[in-house]
Amino acid sequence: MVKDKELQVSAIENGTVIDHIPDNQLFKVIHVLGLQNIDNLITFGRGYKSSRDGKKGIIKIENKFLDDADVNKLALVAPSAKINIIKDFEVIEKKCVQVPDSIVGIVKCVNPMCITNQEHVTTKFAVVDKENLSLKCHYCEKITDNENIRIVE
Amino acid sequence: MNNNSLVSIFDYSKEEVIEVLKLASEFEKNPNQDLLNGKVVASLFFEPSTRTRLSFETAIQRLGGRIIGFSDASSSSVKKGETLKDTIKMVDNYADLIVMRHPIEGSARYASEVANIPVINAGDGANQHPTQTMLDLYTIYQTQGTLENLDITLVGDLKYGRTVHSLIMALSRFNPTFHFVAPKELEMPAGYKVYLEEKGIAYTEHLEMEEVIDNTDILYMTRVQRERFADPLEYEKVKDVYVLCNSMLDNTKDNLRILHPLPRVNEISVDVDENPKAYYFQQALNGVYARQAIICKSLNLKK
Ligand SMILES: [Zn+2]
Repeated sequence: MVKDKELQVSAIENGTVIDHIPDNQLFKVIHVLGLQNIDNLITFGRGYKSSRDGKKGIIKIENKFLDDADVNKLALVAPSAKINIIKDFEVIEKKCVQVPDSIVGIVKCVNPMCITNQEHVTTKFAVVDKENLSLKCHYCEKITDNENIRIVE
Repeated sequence: MNNNSLVSIFDYSKEEVIEVLKLASEFEKNPNQDLLNGKVVASLFFEPSTRTRLSFETAIQRLGGRIIGFSDASSSSVKKGETLKDTIKMVDNYADLIVMRHPIEGSARYASEVANIPVINAGDGANQHPTQTMLDLYTIYQTQGTLENLDITLVGDLKYGRTVHSLIMALSRFNPTFHFVAPKELEMPAGYKVYLEEKGIAYTEHLEMEEVIDNTDILYMTRVQRERFADPLEYEKVKDVYVLCNSMLDNTKDNLRILHPLPRVNEISVDVDENPKAYYFQQALNGVYARQAIICKSLNLKK
Protein backbone atom coordinates (compact mmCIF):
# COMPACT_ATOMS: atom_id res chain seq x y z
CA MET A 1 0.00 0.00 0.00
CA VAL A 2 2.72 2.43 0.99
CA LYS A 3 4.81 1.19 -1.88
CA ASP A 4 1.98 1.82 -4.27
CA LYS A 5 1.65 5.37 -3.09
CA GLU A 6 5.36 5.94 -3.53
CA LEU A 7 5.10 4.72 -7.05
CA GLN A 8 2.38 7.23 -7.83
CA VAL A 9 3.92 10.44 -6.67
CA SER A 10 7.51 10.29 -5.63
CA ALA A 11 9.49 9.26 -8.64
CA ILE A 12 9.96 12.64 -10.29
CA GLU A 13 11.81 15.65 -9.10
CA ASN A 14 9.75 18.40 -10.71
CA GLY A 15 6.67 18.06 -12.84
CA THR A 16 3.19 16.63 -12.86
CA VAL A 17 1.66 13.34 -11.87
CA ILE A 18 -1.79 12.60 -13.26
CA ASP A 19 -3.38 10.01 -11.03
CA HIS A 20 -6.72 8.19 -10.96
CA ILE A 21 -7.05 8.04 -14.73
CA PRO A 22 -9.73 5.49 -15.64
CA ASP A 23 -7.72 2.48 -16.77
CA ASN A 24 -9.19 2.36 -20.26
CA GLN A 25 -8.65 6.10 -20.85
CA LEU A 26 -4.88 6.14 -20.30
CA PHE A 27 -3.88 6.25 -23.95
CA LYS A 28 -6.57 8.80 -24.71
CA VAL A 29 -5.10 11.08 -22.05
CA ILE A 30 -1.66 10.68 -23.60
CA HIS A 31 -3.15 11.52 -26.97
CA VAL A 32 -5.20 14.59 -25.99
CA LEU A 33 -2.30 16.07 -24.07
CA GLY A 34 -0.03 15.42 -27.05
CA LEU A 35 2.52 13.68 -24.82
CA GLN A 36 3.77 11.67 -27.75
CA ASN A 37 5.09 14.90 -29.23
CA ILE A 38 7.14 16.30 -26.35
CA ASP A 39 10.70 15.51 -25.26
CA ASN A 40 10.08 15.49 -21.50
CA LEU A 41 10.81 12.39 -19.50
CA ILE A 42 7.51 10.55 -19.20
CA THR A 43 6.58 7.34 -17.40
CA PHE A 44 3.15 5.86 -17.39
CA GLY A 45 1.43 2.72 -16.27
CA ARG A 46 -1.96 1.13 -16.18
CA GLY A 47 -3.63 -1.67 -14.29
CA TYR A 48 -2.72 -0.28 -10.88
CA LYS A 49 -5.15 -1.37 -8.20
CA SER A 50 -7.11 1.43 -6.67
CA SER A 51 -9.58 1.07 -3.84
CA ARG A 52 -11.61 3.88 -5.38
CA ASP A 53 -11.50 3.14 -9.10
CA GLY A 54 -10.86 -0.59 -9.39
CA LYS A 55 -8.05 -0.21 -11.85
CA LYS A 56 -6.40 3.04 -12.78
CA GLY A 57 -3.68 4.53 -14.86
CA ILE A 58 -0.96 6.99 -13.86
CA ILE A 59 1.20 9.34 -15.93
CA LYS A 60 4.26 11.15 -14.64
CA ILE A 61 5.75 13.95 -16.68
CA GLU A 62 9.04 15.51 -15.71
CA ASN A 63 9.23 19.32 -15.93
CA LYS A 64 5.77 19.85 -17.33
CA PHE A 65 2.95 21.75 -15.67
CA LEU A 66 -0.50 21.60 -17.20
CA ASP A 67 -1.99 24.84 -18.42
CA ASP A 68 -5.73 25.58 -18.51
CA ALA A 69 -6.12 24.20 -22.03
CA ASP A 70 -4.45 20.96 -20.95
CA VAL A 71 -6.73 20.67 -17.91
CA ASN A 72 -9.77 21.24 -20.14
CA LYS A 73 -8.61 18.47 -22.46
CA LEU A 74 -8.07 16.17 -19.53
CA ALA A 75 -11.57 16.97 -18.27
CA LEU A 76 -13.02 15.67 -21.52
CA VAL A 77 -11.44 12.21 -21.37
CA ALA A 78 -10.76 11.68 -17.65
CA PRO A 79 -12.87 13.98 -15.47
CA SER A 80 -12.12 11.83 -12.39
CA ALA A 81 -8.35 12.30 -12.71
CA LYS A 82 -6.31 14.02 -10.01
CA ILE A 83 -3.39 16.28 -10.76
CA ASN A 84 -0.37 16.37 -8.41
CA ILE A 85 2.20 19.08 -8.89
CA ILE A 86 5.68 18.05 -7.78
CA LYS A 87 8.59 20.27 -6.74
CA ASP A 88 11.78 18.78 -5.29
CA PHE A 89 10.15 15.34 -5.00
CA GLU A 90 7.33 16.77 -2.90
CA VAL A 91 3.68 17.12 -3.79
CA ILE A 92 3.15 20.87 -3.45
CA GLU A 93 -0.35 21.02 -4.87
CA LYS A 94 -3.21 18.63 -5.64
CA LYS A 95 -5.85 19.60 -8.12
CA CYS A 96 -9.09 18.01 -9.19
CA VAL A 97 -10.00 18.19 -12.82
CA GLN A 98 -12.98 20.46 -13.43
CA VAL A 99 -15.15 20.41 -16.50
CA PRO A 100 -15.16 24.00 -17.83
CA ASP A 101 -18.26 25.99 -18.89
CA SER A 102 -17.05 26.24 -22.44
CA ILE A 103 -14.55 24.48 -24.65
CA VAL A 104 -12.68 26.18 -27.48
CA GLY A 105 -10.92 24.00 -30.02
CA ILE A 106 -10.02 20.51 -28.77
CA VAL A 107 -13.30 18.79 -29.75
CA LYS A 108 -14.83 18.19 -33.18
CA CYS A 109 -18.52 18.92 -33.73
CA VAL A 110 -20.48 15.72 -34.36
CA ASN A 111 -22.59 17.35 -37.10
CA PRO A 112 -21.02 16.77 -40.55
CA MET A 113 -23.08 19.69 -41.93
CA CYS A 114 -21.58 22.10 -39.37
CA ILE A 115 -19.45 24.96 -40.68
CA THR A 116 -16.60 23.82 -38.40
CA ASN A 117 -16.40 20.58 -40.39
CA GLN A 118 -16.56 22.38 -43.72
CA GLU A 119 -14.15 25.26 -43.31
CA HIS A 120 -11.16 26.06 -41.16
CA VAL A 121 -13.12 27.31 -38.14
CA THR A 122 -12.08 26.77 -34.52
CA THR A 123 -14.81 24.85 -32.72
CA LYS A 124 -16.51 26.36 -29.71
CA PHE A 125 -18.94 24.61 -27.35
CA ALA A 126 -21.00 25.44 -24.30
CA VAL A 127 -20.92 22.58 -21.79
CA VAL A 128 -24.65 22.02 -21.20
CA ASP A 129 -24.26 18.93 -18.98
CA LYS A 130 -21.07 18.66 -16.95
CA GLU A 131 -21.85 15.30 -15.42
CA ASN A 132 -22.56 13.43 -18.64
CA LEU A 133 -20.42 15.75 -20.78
CA SER A 134 -22.82 17.14 -23.30
CA LEU A 135 -21.55 19.94 -25.52
CA LYS A 136 -23.62 22.41 -27.54
CA CYS A 137 -21.97 23.76 -30.66
CA HIS A 138 -21.71 27.57 -30.74
CA TYR A 139 -22.19 27.49 -34.53
CA CYS A 140 -24.68 24.80 -35.58
CA GLU A 141 -26.27 24.52 -32.09
CA LYS A 142 -26.29 20.71 -32.24
CA ILE A 143 -25.36 18.60 -29.22
CA THR A 144 -22.18 16.53 -29.20
CA ASP A 145 -22.57 14.00 -26.38
CA ASN A 146 -20.02 12.04 -24.43
CA GLU A 147 -19.83 9.03 -26.71
CA ASN A 148 -19.41 11.21 -29.80
CA ILE A 149 -16.60 13.38 -28.46
CA ARG A 150 -13.68 13.28 -30.90
CA ILE A 151 -10.55 15.26 -30.34
CA VAL A 152 -9.30 17.63 -33.06
CA GLU A 153 -5.99 16.34 -34.45
CA MET B 1 -17.89 41.01 -35.16
CA ASN B 2 -21.02 43.13 -35.00
CA ASN B 3 -23.52 42.82 -32.18
CA ASN B 4 -26.45 43.95 -34.28
CA SER B 5 -26.55 40.69 -36.21
CA LEU B 6 -29.59 38.41 -36.08
CA VAL B 7 -28.49 34.78 -36.37
CA SER B 8 -30.85 33.01 -33.99
CA ILE B 9 -34.16 34.15 -32.51
CA PHE B 10 -32.57 34.11 -29.06
CA ASP B 11 -30.18 36.85 -30.14
CA TYR B 12 -33.16 39.07 -29.33
CA SER B 13 -34.31 39.56 -25.76
CA LYS B 14 -38.05 39.40 -25.13
CA GLU B 15 -38.10 43.23 -25.09
CA GLU B 16 -36.30 43.39 -28.44
CA VAL B 17 -38.81 40.97 -29.95
CA ILE B 18 -41.64 43.30 -28.89
CA GLU B 19 -39.73 46.36 -30.11
CA VAL B 20 -39.28 44.81 -33.58
CA LEU B 21 -42.93 43.72 -33.74
CA LYS B 22 -44.06 47.28 -32.95
CA LEU B 23 -41.73 48.61 -35.62
CA ALA B 24 -43.15 46.07 -38.09
CA SER B 25 -46.64 47.36 -37.43
CA GLU B 26 -45.45 50.86 -38.36
CA PHE B 27 -44.17 49.52 -41.66
CA GLU B 28 -47.48 47.81 -42.22
CA LYS B 29 -49.21 51.21 -41.95
CA ASN B 30 -46.60 52.96 -44.03
CA PRO B 31 -44.39 50.53 -46.01
CA ASN B 32 -42.47 53.02 -48.15
CA GLN B 33 -39.93 54.86 -46.02
CA ASP B 34 -36.60 56.06 -47.32
CA LEU B 35 -34.59 54.91 -44.31
CA LEU B 36 -32.04 52.93 -46.32
CA ASN B 37 -31.32 55.80 -48.70
CA GLY B 38 -27.64 55.69 -49.64
CA LYS B 39 -27.14 52.25 -48.11
CA VAL B 40 -26.07 49.06 -49.86
CA VAL B 41 -27.36 45.68 -48.71
CA ALA B 42 -25.62 42.48 -49.80
CA SER B 43 -28.10 39.70 -50.47
CA LEU B 44 -26.03 36.51 -50.52
CA PHE B 45 -28.04 33.40 -51.37
CA PHE B 46 -25.60 30.50 -51.44
CA GLU B 47 -28.59 28.29 -52.12
CA PRO B 48 -31.72 29.40 -53.95
CA SER B 49 -34.81 30.36 -51.95
CA THR B 50 -37.00 32.52 -54.13
CA ARG B 51 -39.66 33.13 -51.48
CA THR B 52 -37.29 34.37 -48.78
CA ARG B 53 -35.12 36.33 -51.20
CA LEU B 54 -38.05 38.20 -52.77
CA SER B 55 -39.40 39.05 -49.35
CA PHE B 56 -36.05 40.48 -48.23
CA GLU B 57 -35.44 42.31 -51.48
CA THR B 58 -38.91 43.84 -51.35
CA ALA B 59 -38.22 44.99 -47.79
CA ILE B 60 -34.93 46.59 -48.90
CA GLN B 61 -36.51 48.26 -51.94
CA ARG B 62 -39.39 49.68 -49.92
CA LEU B 63 -36.81 51.20 -47.58
CA GLY B 64 -35.03 52.80 -50.53
CA GLY B 65 -31.85 50.71 -50.24
CA ARG B 66 -29.70 49.25 -52.99
CA ILE B 67 -28.93 45.57 -53.40
CA ILE B 68 -25.81 43.71 -54.48
CA GLY B 69 -25.33 39.96 -54.37
CA PHE B 70 -26.35 36.69 -55.96
CA SER B 71 -29.33 34.37 -55.86
CA ASP B 72 -27.53 31.08 -56.33
CA ALA B 73 -23.95 30.10 -55.49
CA SER B 74 -23.43 28.48 -58.89
CA SER B 75 -23.18 31.93 -60.45
CA SER B 76 -20.65 33.23 -57.93
CA SER B 77 -17.00 32.82 -57.06
CA VAL B 78 -18.04 30.39 -54.35
CA LYS B 79 -18.26 27.74 -56.98
CA LYS B 80 -14.60 28.29 -57.75
CA GLY B 81 -13.78 27.20 -54.22
CA GLU B 82 -13.62 30.51 -52.40
CA THR B 83 -14.17 30.05 -48.69
CA LEU B 84 -17.14 31.60 -46.92
CA LYS B 85 -14.70 33.66 -44.88
CA ASP B 86 -13.14 35.22 -47.97
CA THR B 87 -16.50 35.96 -49.58
CA ILE B 88 -17.74 37.64 -46.39
CA LYS B 89 -14.49 39.63 -46.00
CA MET B 90 -14.88 40.94 -49.54
CA VAL B 91 -18.55 41.88 -49.16
CA ASP B 92 -17.86 43.41 -45.75
CA ASN B 93 -15.86 46.10 -47.56
CA TYR B 94 -18.65 46.97 -49.96
CA ALA B 95 -21.94 46.83 -48.10
CA ASP B 96 -23.64 48.15 -44.95
CA LEU B 97 -25.52 44.94 -44.15
CA ILE B 98 -25.43 41.29 -45.18
CA VAL B 99 -28.51 39.11 -45.66
CA MET B 100 -27.30 35.55 -46.04
CA ARG B 101 -28.79 32.15 -46.79
CA HIS B 102 -26.42 29.20 -46.76
CA PRO B 103 -26.88 25.40 -46.70
CA ILE B 104 -24.23 24.82 -44.01
CA GLU B 105 -25.35 24.91 -40.39
CA GLY B 106 -23.62 27.53 -38.27
CA SER B 107 -22.48 29.46 -41.35
CA ALA B 108 -24.46 32.54 -40.33
CA ARG B 109 -22.93 32.67 -36.83
CA TYR B 110 -19.50 32.30 -38.38
CA ALA B 111 -20.20 35.02 -40.96
CA SER B 112 -21.37 37.35 -38.17
CA GLU B 113 -18.01 36.84 -36.46
CA VAL B 114 -15.99 37.41 -39.63
CA ALA B 115 -17.89 40.55 -40.73
CA ASN B 116 -17.73 44.01 -39.19
CA ILE B 117 -21.18 44.88 -40.55
CA PRO B 118 -24.34 43.16 -39.25
CA VAL B 119 -25.42 39.83 -40.70
CA ILE B 120 -29.06 38.75 -40.89
CA ASN B 121 -29.51 34.99 -41.17
CA ALA B 122 -31.99 34.09 -43.91
CA GLY B 123 -31.62 30.39 -43.12
CA ASP B 124 -28.51 28.30 -42.36
CA GLY B 125 -29.31 24.76 -43.42
CA ALA B 126 -31.48 22.91 -40.91
CA ASN B 127 -30.40 25.24 -38.11
CA GLN B 128 -32.02 28.69 -37.78
CA HIS B 129 -34.32 30.94 -39.79
CA PRO B 130 -35.09 33.75 -37.34
CA THR B 131 -36.81 36.12 -39.78
CA GLN B 132 -39.40 33.41 -40.49
CA THR B 133 -39.96 33.13 -36.74
CA MET B 134 -40.28 36.91 -36.41
CA LEU B 135 -42.87 37.05 -39.19
CA ASP B 136 -44.82 34.25 -37.51
CA LEU B 137 -44.66 36.12 -34.21
CA TYR B 138 -45.71 39.32 -35.90
CA THR B 139 -48.70 37.63 -37.51
CA ILE B 140 -49.79 36.17 -34.18
CA TYR B 141 -49.29 39.52 -32.43
CA GLN B 142 -51.15 41.39 -35.17
CA THR B 143 -54.15 39.03 -35.26
CA GLN B 144 -54.49 38.46 -31.51
CA GLY B 145 -53.31 41.82 -30.22
CA THR B 146 -50.82 40.11 -27.89
CA LEU B 147 -48.37 37.23 -27.67
CA GLU B 148 -49.21 36.46 -24.03
CA ASN B 149 -51.28 33.50 -22.80
CA LEU B 150 -52.39 32.21 -26.20
CA ASP B 151 -53.67 28.74 -27.08
CA ILE B 152 -51.65 27.54 -30.06
CA THR B 153 -52.14 24.36 -32.09
CA LEU B 154 -49.40 23.08 -34.40
CA VAL B 155 -50.31 20.46 -36.97
CA GLY B 156 -48.38 18.17 -39.30
CA ASP B 157 -44.65 17.53 -39.40
CA LEU B 158 -43.54 18.46 -35.90
CA LYS B 159 -40.44 16.28 -36.02
CA TYR B 160 -38.39 17.81 -38.83
CA GLY B 161 -40.04 21.23 -39.10
CA ARG B 162 -37.41 23.83 -38.23
CA THR B 163 -40.10 26.51 -38.41
CA VAL B 164 -42.27 24.97 -35.68
CA HIS B 165 -39.31 24.29 -33.41
CA SER B 166 -38.11 27.91 -33.58
CA LEU B 167 -41.65 29.14 -33.10
CA ILE B 168 -42.33 27.14 -29.93
CA MET B 169 -38.98 28.20 -28.49
CA ALA B 170 -39.75 31.85 -29.26
CA LEU B 171 -43.32 31.65 -27.92
CA SER B 172 -42.18 29.91 -24.75
CA ARG B 173 -41.33 33.35 -23.37
CA PHE B 174 -45.02 34.35 -23.51
CA ASN B 175 -46.77 31.71 -21.40
CA PRO B 176 -48.58 29.82 -24.18
CA THR B 177 -50.54 26.57 -24.11
CA PHE B 178 -49.53 24.28 -26.97
CA HIS B 179 -51.34 21.44 -28.70
CA PHE B 180 -49.22 19.24 -30.94
CA VAL B 181 -51.13 17.32 -33.60
CA ALA B 182 -49.00 14.88 -35.59
CA PRO B 183 -48.76 11.26 -36.71
CA LYS B 184 -46.57 9.08 -34.49
CA GLU B 185 -43.77 9.16 -37.07
CA LEU B 186 -43.62 12.95 -37.01
CA GLU B 187 -44.30 13.82 -33.39
CA MET B 188 -42.55 16.61 -31.51
CA PRO B 189 -39.02 15.48 -30.52
CA ALA B 190 -38.51 14.70 -26.83
CA GLY B 191 -35.89 17.44 -26.43
CA TYR B 192 -38.43 20.19 -27.09
CA LYS B 193 -41.00 18.65 -24.77
CA VAL B 194 -38.41 18.47 -21.99
CA TYR B 195 -37.61 22.14 -22.65
CA LEU B 196 -41.28 23.10 -22.27
CA GLU B 197 -41.67 21.02 -19.11
CA GLU B 198 -38.63 22.71 -17.56
CA LYS B 199 -40.20 26.08 -18.33
CA GLY B 200 -43.54 24.97 -16.90
CA ILE B 201 -45.36 25.41 -20.21
CA ALA B 202 -48.50 23.31 -20.75
CA TYR B 203 -48.80 21.17 -23.86
CA THR B 204 -50.97 18.29 -25.05
CA GLU B 205 -50.43 15.81 -27.88
CA HIS B 206 -53.07 14.54 -30.30
CA LEU B 207 -53.42 12.41 -33.40
CA GLU B 208 -56.34 14.42 -34.81
CA MET B 209 -56.88 18.15 -34.87
CA GLU B 210 -60.65 17.99 -34.28
CA GLU B 211 -59.84 17.26 -30.65
CA VAL B 212 -58.45 20.76 -30.09
CA ILE B 213 -59.25 23.29 -32.80
CA ASP B 214 -62.53 24.55 -31.33
CA ASN B 215 -60.72 26.17 -28.41
CA THR B 216 -57.55 27.38 -30.04
CA ASP B 217 -56.44 30.90 -31.01
CA ILE B 218 -53.84 29.99 -33.63
CA LEU B 219 -53.85 26.96 -35.91
CA TYR B 220 -50.39 26.58 -37.43
CA MET B 221 -50.45 24.08 -40.31
CA THR B 222 -47.35 22.47 -41.89
CA ARG B 223 -46.71 20.06 -44.73
CA VAL B 224 -46.68 16.32 -44.16
CA GLN B 225 -44.23 15.11 -46.77
CA ARG B 226 -44.21 11.62 -48.21
CA GLU B 227 -40.37 11.50 -48.08
CA ARG B 228 -40.45 11.64 -44.29
CA PHE B 229 -42.04 8.19 -44.02
CA ALA B 230 -39.93 5.04 -44.13
CA ASP B 231 -43.05 3.06 -45.01
CA PRO B 232 -45.18 4.57 -47.84
CA LEU B 233 -48.23 2.75 -46.47
CA GLU B 234 -47.95 4.72 -43.25
CA TYR B 235 -48.04 7.92 -45.27
CA GLU B 236 -51.14 6.80 -47.16
CA LYS B 237 -52.83 6.02 -43.85
CA VAL B 238 -52.29 9.45 -42.31
CA LYS B 239 -52.08 11.90 -45.19
CA ASP B 240 -55.76 12.90 -45.14
CA VAL B 241 -55.91 13.17 -41.36
CA TYR B 242 -53.82 16.33 -41.47
CA VAL B 243 -55.82 18.15 -44.13
CA LEU B 244 -57.87 21.13 -42.98
CA CYS B 245 -61.16 21.81 -44.76
CA ASN B 246 -63.66 24.61 -44.27
CA SER B 247 -66.38 22.55 -42.57
CA MET B 248 -64.01 21.79 -39.71
CA LEU B 249 -63.96 25.47 -38.79
CA ASP B 250 -67.68 25.83 -38.00
CA ASN B 251 -67.37 25.77 -34.22
CA THR B 252 -64.00 27.46 -33.87
CA LYS B 253 -63.43 30.73 -32.04
CA ASP B 254 -63.99 34.03 -33.86
CA ASN B 255 -60.42 35.13 -33.22
CA LEU B 256 -58.93 31.91 -34.62
CA ARG B 257 -56.45 32.49 -37.42
CA ILE B 258 -54.93 29.79 -39.62
CA LEU B 259 -51.25 30.14 -40.45
CA HIS B 260 -48.95 28.17 -42.75
CA PRO B 261 -45.32 28.95 -43.67
CA LEU B 262 -46.12 28.19 -47.37
CA PRO B 263 -45.81 26.74 -49.89
CA ARG B 264 -48.68 24.41 -49.12
CA VAL B 265 -49.33 21.18 -50.97
CA ASN B 266 -52.74 19.83 -50.00
CA GLU B 267 -52.83 20.22 -46.22
CA ILE B 268 -55.22 23.18 -46.42
CA SER B 269 -58.08 22.62 -48.80
CA VAL B 270 -58.72 25.59 -51.16
CA ASP B 271 -62.24 26.02 -49.74
CA VAL B 272 -60.59 27.42 -46.60
CA ASP B 273 -58.95 30.28 -48.53
CA GLU B 274 -62.12 32.40 -48.55
CA ASN B 275 -62.78 31.92 -44.84
CA PRO B 276 -61.86 35.10 -42.93
CA LYS B 277 -59.95 32.92 -40.48
CA ALA B 278 -57.50 31.92 -43.22
CA TYR B 279 -54.46 34.13 -42.78
CA TYR B 280 -51.55 32.47 -44.58
CA PHE B 281 -51.39 34.89 -47.50
CA GLN B 282 -51.32 37.93 -45.21
CA GLN B 283 -48.73 36.04 -43.17
CA ALA B 284 -46.43 35.95 -46.20
CA LEU B 285 -46.90 39.69 -46.73
CA ASN B 286 -46.08 40.26 -43.06
CA GLY B 287 -42.66 38.82 -43.84
CA VAL B 288 -41.84 42.04 -45.68
CA TYR B 289 -42.85 44.25 -42.70
CA ALA B 290 -41.03 42.04 -40.21
CA ARG B 291 -37.89 42.10 -42.36
CA GLN B 292 -38.07 45.88 -42.78
CA ALA B 293 -38.15 46.15 -39.00
CA ILE B 294 -35.27 43.69 -38.52
CA ILE B 295 -33.12 45.51 -41.09
CA CYS B 296 -33.75 48.86 -39.39
CA LYS B 297 -32.91 47.43 -35.99
CA SER B 298 -29.65 45.94 -37.30
CA LEU B 299 -28.62 49.33 -38.68
CA ASN B 300 -30.01 51.37 -35.74
CA LEU B 301 -32.14 53.34 -38.17
CA LYS B 302 -35.27 53.83 -36.11
CA LYS B 303 -35.88 54.76 -32.51
ZN1 LIG C 1 -21.44 22.36 -34.97
